Amino acid sequence: MKPLTLLAAALCLNAPVHGAEPADWLTAFQEVGLEGEGNSAAAAAWGELTQYPADTIPQILDAMKGASPLAANWMRSAAGAILEREKKAGATIPTDEFRQFLLNRENAPGARFLAYEFLDEIASDSAATLVPGMLDDPSPPLRRIAVAQVIEEAKLIINDQDAASKLLRTALDAARDVDQINEIASLLREDLKQEVDLPTQFGFLMRWHLIAPFDNTGREGFDAVYAPETNVDLTATYQGKDEKEIRWESYSTSNDYGMVDFNQPFSPLKEVVGYAHTEFESSTERQVELRLGCKNAWKVWLNGELIFGREEYHRGIRIDQYVLPVMLKAGKNSILVKACQNEQEQDWTVQWEFQLRVCDSTGAAVLSDDRLPTPEPEQKGRRRSAE
Amino acid sequence: MRATLLLFSILSINALGHADWLNFRGPNGSGLGDGIKDLPTELTDESVAWKIPLPGRGLSSPLIVGDRLFLSAASGPEQRQLHLLCFDRRTGEPLWERKFLATGRTMSHKKTSVAAPTPASDGERIYAIFSSNDLFCVDLDGNLIWMRALTLDYPNASNSLGMASSPIVAGDTLIAQIENDSESFAAGFDLLTGENKWKLDRPNAANWSSPTLLQLNGEDVVAMQSSKGIVGIVPSTGSPLFELGDGAATIPSSVAAGDRIYIPSNGLTAFKVPPDGGEPTELWNESAQRPGTASPLVLGDKVYVINNAGVLNCANKETGERIWRIRLKGPFSGSPVAANSDYLYIFNEAGVGQLVDLRGEEGVVVSEIELGETILSTPSLSDGALYIRSDSHLWSFSTP
Repeated sequence: MKPLTLLAAALCLNAPVHGAEPADWLTAFQEVGLEGEGNSAAAAAWGELTQYPADTIPQILDAMKGASPLAANWMRSAAGAILEREKKAGATIPTDEFRQFLLNRENAPGARFLAYEFLDEIASDSAATLVPGMLDDPSPPLRRIAVAQVIEEAKLIINDQDAASKLLRTALDAARDVDQINEIASLLREDLKQEVDLPTQFGFLMRWHLIAPFDNTGREGFDAVYAPETNVDLTATYQGKDEKEIRWESYSTSNDYGMVDFNQPFSPLKEVVGYAHTEFESSTERQVELRLGCKNAWKVWLNGELIFGREEYHRGIRIDQYVLPVMLKAGKNSILVKACQNEQEQDWTVQWEFQLRVCDSTGAAVLSDDRLPTPEPEQKGRRRSAE
Repeated sequence: MRATLLLFSILSINALGHADWLNFRGPNGSGLGDGIKDLPTELTDESVAWKIPLPGRGLSSPLIVGDRLFLSAASGPEQRQLHLLCFDRRTGEPLWERKFLATGRTMSHKKTSVAAPTPASDGERIYAIFSSNDLFCVDLDGNLIWMRALTLDYPNASNSLGMASSPIVAGDTLIAQIENDSESFAAGFDLLTGENKWKLDRPNAANWSSPTLLQLNGEDVVAMQSSKGIVGIVPSTGSPLFELGDGAATIPSSVAAGDRIYIPSNGLTAFKVPPDGGEPTELWNESAQRPGTASPLVLGDKVYVINNAGVLNCANKETGERIWRIRLKGPFSGSPVAANSDYLYIFNEAGVGQLVDLRGEEGVVVSEIELGETILSTPSLSDGALYIRSDSHLWSFSTP
């Protein structure tokens, strides 16, 4: 039955629609779109679906596979509402089905985490038994729970260096979240005096060519199209700001968080534009995410195609601030970053920098096939926290 | 008008009780719960009616509709889990909770939260927006009515420090200001479907202030503040009625009292807006009455401003002339509220609640309570109770 027909039926009857199945209502969620499209049908479906008993929940979780973020929220809240009502009513909750759904890694990562939350809410002992097996889970929030457990175990035996080190290395391999990786690295470095190659762990791009300064007076440089945007020629020279002749310079960073600092080679400047270029070798065509942190206005191109840009200055920076899903081609991929510095003079507006890593959708580093070892701190660049 | 429609209208009007608190700073965004009765006259351990834990952080204030209290929160490693909670306001008993996952960016300054904006209500539904630009509408029983993912609709509309402007309902429209450096807009949303009724470009500049309601000829007008000044619009269409272009603060919000509007601009500036919505007339400007983060409050014939040093200034609302000032224990992120000219309630960032007696020749802090938790929010009022949320708890205060 079509969602609109169901909607009409629901409005007329004000009661569960006979003959309709949960799958019919779930279709209405799948059809919500941008700018409120499909909201009315989805609301009617939500009202109907949440009348069903708790054994409908696995079906809702199943429908989350491939659902848009909007549709997933309709489903997530419907499943939660059913569970809430059934718990209050003292109804039987299908915890075994939640468990089975959670254990099937083919299911949607977000839906599996929801199944875990439901299981933990109803039968926390049962949920706890699953945690150790989630250390390599494709669902980042499930993996996070298992990593947290291993970190705590390591802390308890931190004086047993070999055993603690083994646990922390296991946790580091498994961790995908920045805060957990930082915590593990801190324990390894400070408590166990071990080396940790954070740039490789995260997949930060460390070697670039930089060119600057182009003009950004009046913040007009963000929209201005300077030569590197139309053709990256690392041997070319250009007329930059104030008619200064500028050329590409080789640059590498040893910063733990891959910070590319334009102020280093070009000295602190204001009202300027800089470009950074690098190449990424991929053996196959594949979907990845470019994850950028930048507190300057920026644009990013992949293989000459503008991916995204944002004109915001000095509102903050963090790892994975912007997530840009892209498709790498097989072979060399050209990555170009434009970073604009504005006119502000406060001491917190000095930064003219960015950090960029390549990873999969879970946050696991994807390394270039020709990645070189992480530069040593004394080579070039400086070592400081980006957090 | 058909009889059933008339009946429905009457029921709807009756549903909006005087004791309801439907948006940031209550009626019209004023901070003044005119007619709310029996508020606590002291803030002590004995006046804590109940205290309950919350599943996440937030700067948003509780809404009160009838005997129900609604609150938003955010939790998880990057505050991606969004919560909309409903409690029995008399007991604190949880009634329902809806959880969503943020679809937009959740980065914010550590001090603020993804649940910074206060939801809004028309007495029948709750409209909750988060810093991630996720906007949800539920009815009072938690049934989902619509949702919008505004960052999916408008991908550059975000602020890396976090968004905080609270929406407001005016007539049949929900008005929200989504303002930032990169893709600023304000929109009027249909209350029943969430679709855009109108959308206006706004200055591309970060802005955390909230829209304010004023009444002209008995009609609602929404004043939208930004660094450029103030624009007064017709809520249902977004059509501009007046504009004041002399700049304004981007954190404390303006407050309206009838046809007057008190704007955090060059200190504090008072304007009278003509009944036809034409060009406002400046009544006074006082550069010394500069609000900090807290928004001003108009009570009776006075206007109260708390500056960044935690000094509470009381001035004549007709002239701006200072009457008295006292130093409170600051700093403040939340704003003061009151129900009448007797007492003013404010909580500082360290979690110290302060009750200021306004009845004498100058204000006196007559009662204080240390809650021991960070409080960055504004209290809400309802008959017999004051509600305040911290990073981890929700409190109700009432007369023992």
